[in-house]
Amino acid sequence: MSDIRPELRYAASHEWVRLEDDGTAYVGISDHAQDAMGDLVFVELPEIGQQLEAGDDAGVVESVKAASDIYAPVAGEIVAINEALEDTPELVNQDPYGDGWLFRIRVSDKADLDELLSAGEYQEQLDSED
Amino acid sequence: MSGKSIDQQLIFELSRPGRRASAQAPKALPQQALANIPATLRRKQKPGLPEVSELQVVRHYTNLSTRNFAIDKQFYPLGSCTMKYNPRGANRAAMLPGFLGRHPLAPESHSQGFLACMYELQEFLKDVTGMQGVSLTPMAGAQGEFAGVAMIRAYHEARQDDGRTEILIPEAAHGTNPATAVMCGYKVREVPVNRDGDVDLEALKAACGPQTAGLMMTNPSTCGVFERQIDAIAKTVHGAGGLLYYDGANLNAILGKVRPGDMGFDVIHMNLHKTFATPHGGGGPGSGPVGVSERLKPFLPTPIVGKDGEQYRWLDTDDLPQSIGHLSAFMGNAGVLLRAYFYARVLGREGMIRVGEYSTLAANYLLKRLQAIGCTAAYPERRASHEFLLTFASEARELGVTAMDIAKRLLDYNQHAPTTYFPLLVPECFLIEPTETETKETLDEFIDAMEKILAEARENPEMLKGAPYTQPVRRLDDVKAARELDLVWKAPR
Repeated sequence: MSDIRPELRYAASHEWVRLEDDGTAYVGISDHAQDAMGDLVFVELPEIGQQLEAGDDAGVVESVKAASDIYAPVAGEIVAINEALEDTPELVNQDPYGDGWLFRIRVSDKADLDELLSAGEYQEQLDSED
Repeated sequence: MSGKSIDQQLIFELSRPGRRASAQAPKALPQQALANIPATLRRKQKPGLPEVSELQVVRHYTNLSTRNFAIDKQFYPLGSCTMKYNPRGANRAAMLPGFLGRHPLAPESHSQGFLACMYELQEFLKDVTGMQGVSLTPMAGAQGEFAGVAMIRAYHEARQDDGRTEILIPEAAHGTNPATAVMCGYKVREVPVNRDGDVDLEALKAACGPQTAGLMMTNPSTCGVFERQIDAIAKTVHGAGGLLYYDGANLNAILGKVRPGDMGFDVIHMNLHKTFATPHGGGGPGSGPVGVSERLKPFLPTPIVGKDGEQYRWLDTDDLPQSIGHLSAFMGNAGVLLRAYFYARVLGREGMIRVGEYSTLAANYLLKRLQAIGCTAAYPERRASHEFLLTFASEARELGVTAMDIAKRLLDYNQHAPTTYFPLLVPECFLIEPTETETKETLDEFIDAMEKILAEARENPEMLKGAPYTQPVRRLDDVKAARELDLVWKAPR
């Protein structure tokens, strides 16, 4: 059973988003996604200052099994990336909702978040994939 | 003592000063030869080569070769890779002295035999794929893909149709396709696959538009099933002004039965190292010829072999001014192309049909028997093409035994593991491709091994986690190997 946090929004492509008070949002991949990928060996992140539309390629996570694209779940400007992942990509496996966050984005339009899945909807998606 | 047995040591560790293998030792250079090399370019120290006896060299590499899993030793059902047997006769023919000693740039008048072989191979590949033109120059499958998409680009540019920026790729396409599209400057748009393994036609229709440069497809797909709606897919993509690219990864399944040209494909690459039984693995050299429909013929990469009357000659950019040009120093991997030529000549048209028939028969036999012993097919409603997918998701959930555990245990039963965890859309999967060159007895041995392993998974799942037990190395830490990549051996000082 994978861990789904009720306070987060989710993309169908398995990224999570946590909106902060300052209008920026943390983005990572879900517990289900890290478990399906297996042990990560490499994470490629966007550049700080990069402008992304929702659905744009925002990086790559690579495990011994596969490489998988990360998509920006909302539009905005990248304001921070998790530099620790360069040497310790395993943080994504160990703590996908905490120390394993990928990047922080200044959200252009908060209404974008309403387009994403709630925890309950994301759970339904995972159930239907089984 | 290093604690390693002799055959685990590197050849460098066997080295002792002054030991020589006279047969391999270079002849002493005459002083005159050295004098012709400027002093600044002469090396100051001897190269750090191992100093060993001839017998040590023979024994070292013979021992190493026996530690390998290889098609010459074991069943090798690596799905998506088509690891079929390479007939020895084709090797022998390609190594005739006239072929081996021919300089690549020898005059055409001295190369009529070689050029005739290449011309006939071009004609043969056109015939078996239903395409209108073929170029043999791509040096591998990846370069064939690059050439194919570069031709799609050249075609749109020649028509000044500049708004086409996207290549569509179904989820079940070959993994290299998105990389190829990006290398050729396109954006990739993925098209979903429905539960039967066919392309989601409605999603494809929605994705097609004036921005569509083309669609890259593998048919049969990496799900191991034939795309049944190919006609509708071709109409949809062509209707939007895009071109259809056929990835030849799974051509083995349909060889002699259905032709990509008849399905509406505009461009195809073929992996001669898969479908036409040239050596595969060990890093190549591969060979990835491209075939095209009439409208892409002007863009084929050069050189191509042409025929004026009874004389064969190279056609280059003088003859084909719109060509995407050369892909390498010259004309492709001559030795590999010759092997494919002899393979094709030995089989003939009837033999090609048998390749398609026997490879799909072997796959379907294996699938049905494996289902009967309790394996779960990913697409139980579908007939297999030349390969098929099993999923061990329920074993992973209920017994804690993953596809990787089962794959590693297969090595203990002297079976090369199938492809694991590919394609990604099926969890805990095996992609199994027996090919047409295996006997029923060999397939039955694989089935027996799988039956024993499934019993072990129920009775002693912990044991499977430690497999393999009988190989030169145990379970490797592939995560550590990828995170701390270390490929350099340094001599102890």
